[in-house]
Amino acid sequence: MAQALISKKDRKIIKEAMWDHNPITFQVLGICSSLAVTAQLKTALVMGVALTLVTAMSNLVISCMRNMIPSKIRIIVQLSVVSALVILADQFLKAYMYDVSKQLSVFVGLIITNCIVMGRLEAFAMANPPFRSFLDGIGNGLGYSAILILVAIGRESLGSGTLLGFHVVPQFLYDHGYVNCGMMVLAPGAFFLLGIIIWIQRAISGYAEES
Amino acid sequence: MEHYLSLAVKSIFVENILLAYFLGMCSFLACSKKIETAMGLGVAVIFVLTITTPANWAINHFLLNKGALAWAGVPNIDLSFLSFIAFIAVIAAMVQIVEMVIDRFSPKLYLALGIFLPLIAVNCAILGASLFMDERDYNFGESVVFGLGSGIGWALAIVAMAAIRKKLEYSNIPKSLRGLGITMILTGLMAMGFMCFAGISL
Repeated sequence: MAQALISKKDRKIIKEAMWDHNPITFQVLGICSSLAVTAQLKTALVMGVALTLVTAMSNLVISCMRNMIPSKIRIIVQLSVVSALVILADQFLKAYMYDVSKQLSVFVGLIITNCIVMGRLEAFAMANPPFRSFLDGIGNGLGYSAILILVAIGRESLGSGTLLGFHVVPQFLYDHGYVNCGMMVLAPGAFFLLGIIIWIQRAISGYAEES
Repeated sequence: MEHYLSLAVKSIFVENILLAYFLGMCSFLACSKKIETAMGLGVAVIFVLTITTPANWAINHFLLNKGALAWAGVPNIDLSFLSFIAFIAVIAAMVQIVEMVIDRFSPKLYLALGIFLPLIAVNCAILGASLFMDERDYNFGESVVFGLGSGIGWALAIVAMAAIRKKLEYSNIPKSLRGLGITMILTGLMAMGFMCFAGISL
């Protein structure tokens, strides 16, 4: 059933969005929020899920309406669809996961201006049928979440010695003088880790920028 | 007065909107290749932030907050859940108005800022400043100072980064680290530098 539902070409869309054209490392989209929420793994997971859903749903909605939207006002139409979806996500988080929503603070709202959402709407959903756009949204959301989770694992385990709140660095290391790297929790740690991840990903995929 | 001064120093240096909160990274990375463009974008961001933050404060204060509609005779309505869509609409409209006004009164500045103005509507720093203003309950004066300060801080960071990247043209960087990778690491170093301001309080 799954084989018939998702054809080979559709699977290629997802794979391409996640690896070759990863939104963060290749398209340079959506970096703003990816750094701010990664001090802990839990917030990064919630953010990844929220963004994947918003991207997929807005891609779907815009793709359904793509033949009706006059091209001059398309940005404002896109923005209002995205903000409506983000308000839904924000209200849901406030109702069922209040503490996480407090930690994410303004960054849920900032999904609206996250370049991934707008970028995929412009580049893909305006020109492709609904189901394929939905898959593209899922793929880009997952690619974004993957980088987010990698950075968060690095920052939380090195910075506070925990993962999802559980201690992962064994006690005897602390007894022998191991100290948590406080810088990882602060802003510079996020920049360094993401820079290194981009370096590794590009070294493997062989992509290089000019200049 | 002192309170406003300390808020300004805090928003420019200590809690720099780009280096401490990561807002506006996309245009920061894309437009920091040349000093002239960085300068133009920086000025445009200062301009728009100083206008939109107080404008959104007014929207929040007179329309959206709980009880804010009392002047219209309906004191029990709480529309604060609409803040995202209202803020983004105000920002998009403001950017449009600013663009038209500059075009009318100073064609020179309009030519200089030209392509950057529309881009600013989707810069997360602008929406971020409004959301922070909402979350921290600033009053009108504070929101003006906070908007201006955040704008100056952002412009400072992007101009500095453009200068560093210009120097970087002559250095031999590993092939896959070029461009985005090295810029991230440099931004990290800059963020560390700005953390030295953390001890300052007026």
